[in-house]
Amino acid sequence: MRLKYLVLGAAVGSLVGASVLASRAEAQESIFVPLLTYRTGPFAGSGIPIANGMHDYLAMLNERDGGIGGVKLVIEECETGYNNAKGVECYEAVKSKKPVVVNPYSTGITLAIIPKAAVDKIPILSMAYGLSASAVGNEFPWIFNPPATYWDGLSMMFRYIGGKEGGLDKLKGKTIGYIYFDGGYGLEPIPLLEQFAKDYGFTVKKYPVPPAEMQNQSGLWLNVRRDRPDWMIMWGWGAMNPTAVKEAAKINYPMDKFIGIWWSGGDDDARPAGADAKGYLTLNFNGVGTNYPAIQDIVKTVVDKGKSQTPKDKIGENLYNRGVYNSVLIAEAIRNAQKITGKKVVTGEDVRRGFESLKISAARWKELGLPEFGAPIEAVSCTDHNGHHAAYMQQWDGTKWVKVSDWIVPMKEKVRPLLEAAAKDYVTKNQPWPKRTEPCDKST
Amino acid sequence: MDILYKILIDPFLQMGQAPDLFVQTLWEGLVAGVLYSLIALGFVLIFKASGVFNFAQGIMMVFAALTLVGLHAKGVPAFLALALTVVVMLVLAIGIERLVLRPLVNQPDIILFMATFGLTYFLIGLGEVIFGGEPKTMITDALYLPRGSYEWKAFGGFVAFQKIDIAAVIIASVMVAGLAVFFQKTRIGRALRAVADSHKAALSVGISLEQIWVIVWFTAGIVALATGIMWGARSDVSFALQILALKALPVLILGGFTSIPGAIVGGVIIGVGEKVGEFYWGPLLGSGIESWLAYVIALVFLLFRPQGLFGERIIERI
Repeated sequence: MRLKYLVLGAAVGSLVGASVLASRAEAQESIFVPLLTYRTGPFAGSGIPIANGMHDYLAMLNERDGGIGGVKLVIEECETGYNNAKGVECYEAVKSKKPVVVNPYSTGITLAIIPKAAVDKIPILSMAYGLSASAVGNEFPWIFNPPATYWDGLSMMFRYIGGKEGGLDKLKGKTIGYIYFDGGYGLEPIPLLEQFAKDYGFTVKKYPVPPAEMQNQSGLWLNVRRDRPDWMIMWGWGAMNPTAVKEAAKINYPMDKFIGIWWSGGDDDARPAGADAKGYLTLNFNGVGTNYPAIQDIVKTVVDKGKSQTPKDKIGENLYNRGVYNSVLIAEAIRNAQKITGKKVVTGEDVRRGFESLKISAARWKELGLPEFGAPIEAVSCTDHNGHHAAYMQQWDGTKWVKVSDWIVPMKEKVRPLLEAAAKDYVTKNQPWPKRTEPCDKST
Repeated sequence: MDILYKILIDPFLQMGQAPDLFVQTLWEGLVAGVLYSLIALGFVLIFKASGVFNFAQGIMMVFAALTLVGLHAKGVPAFLALALTVVVMLVLAIGIERLVLRPLVNQPDIILFMATFGLTYFLIGLGEVIFGGEPKTMITDALYLPRGSYEWKAFGGFVAFQKIDIAAVIIASVMVAGLAVFFQKTRIGRALRAVADSHKAALSVGISLEQIWVIVWFTAGIVALATGIMWGARSDVSFALQILALKALPVLILGGFTSIPGAIVGGVIIGVGEKVGEFYWGPLLGSGIESWLAYVIALVFLLFRPQGLFGERIIERI
């Protein structure tokens, strides 16, 4: 009897010991990259392709290259349902596993965890979303939002509109309609829009879409029909986008004067309206399609091997490639951190430094197997955590997105001072706010 | 003074100055209202039969629409997919009766209400496992639902009638009329009304409670399917659609939880009221007021008729 217990105890002990050793080994030889995603709920339509793109690129690095710098990435998704409370729960859940970066993938969740990042020493990557003012690195050393802020996006739209109107001064006396998701995300660009209205002399008409009315916008679009704005700008997400595109077509709004931000340009946003959506414009900062060696590597090493949740026909669609772009930023920041520190297994603090000196030249995009996939990332620094990079305009041709402009640079000269002021304002309102103590690497 | 003018006079002047827009607003309100009525009808049917507020009605709408689109995507012809979806809704109704309702007979209403919460999350999970979370496009063409619009040149402008909206109004009206006849004139309908009045009395005269529940949940499933097709055609078929079911709440408050005519009239009042309110008074309040205006309209009605428009007045002697 005693022998039986002895053997059983030894077996259990060795199992526990082995698992502890294994987890230690994993901790020592891997880099933990959690992905806060939403594959369920009302916003899953936008969340799924992004989650797939983010996951598949990192998984491809594991499969093809054995990780980054010879260290495997441990990729773990946490489902937020695009819900702020669940997002914070996810953040708290992954925190103890020493993530090198957290991607909230929601402006609301980003706003909730910004104050936690500096305390927990975890860099937050809110890629082209989140708090625009967090681009000010001196106030927000742990938050990064490249390649462009929402305010940059708005300024790029106005560059495009100005080009079509024959100059921004021609906007005087005109009306710009702004339809937006009535939450943190949609409210974000309003201060700059109102500033532009003062600067260029146009009138702004706002059309907020409450979350519960995303698929019930006919009343709002009747207002648009009455107000006849010269241009419509949209900050939409999830089911709001296809509904808005359909409603715009329904009231015969000229689709080539309807511009969405980069989060309103998914294939599933325009596809339900089909040919009626022809002419609809959105900004974009990543390439679309599968004609990139890295995307082909994803197909070969991840999707074809059944290690992905992505349907093959969805690879290369806009939001899938957006997810890939997001993971390229993560991977390059980790690689950079390894280079700066000389360590293989880097920490969140190292990767924060990696982000501050992030550079992806045109040549580097090519090296990554993604030639001309994005504008060169060259302006992120200790003080500027965004870089204010260029985007381009794409247009729905009835079946797919087509690039219809060159790279449009944002009006940094207008945006940056406003961002600095907004950052100061944020810090004042959130006292005590920690002073930046993190040193700036010489390489930046 | 200026604000009073904007609230009390200007909107009516606008109605006179641009009657085409006023008619368009009324039409949009009517279409939305009829669709709200359909959603509310699903709630009313189940509430009448079992005294349960079916929280799962919204997800039933999504589940039915996803089943239809999902089957079609697998190569099943559209009308066969429609028929199979009806069968799926029947199986679902039987399953709900056997596995959820029957074990909870004689439990307090709140227990049954909570069970519909559980059912909601079960159906969300099941739907996501089977069909995925991606939005789907409604098979409008395959179902021969019309596209495009008619433009009526009138009042110095135009009024646009989307063909799909006209179809929605006709289909909803036919369904509502059919259900009204079914519940007023048929034996099953009379049995349902008996169950609604008193479970015990209905049982004592030999009415099968189980059978009635299956019929009612199945009928609510068919209503959910019709609603899912119509809303899906207006936007897309995604889990976000279930949020729309909440629009039935003010309709039910207004029309009464037990009245089929109440659901219909209430839906139209809410639909027209919120669209007219959004269009003429919304800009004064920053627009986007539809989500709460519907409740305000319902509450105003309740001040005068606390039991709802057609709800039963409960008088208890003490």
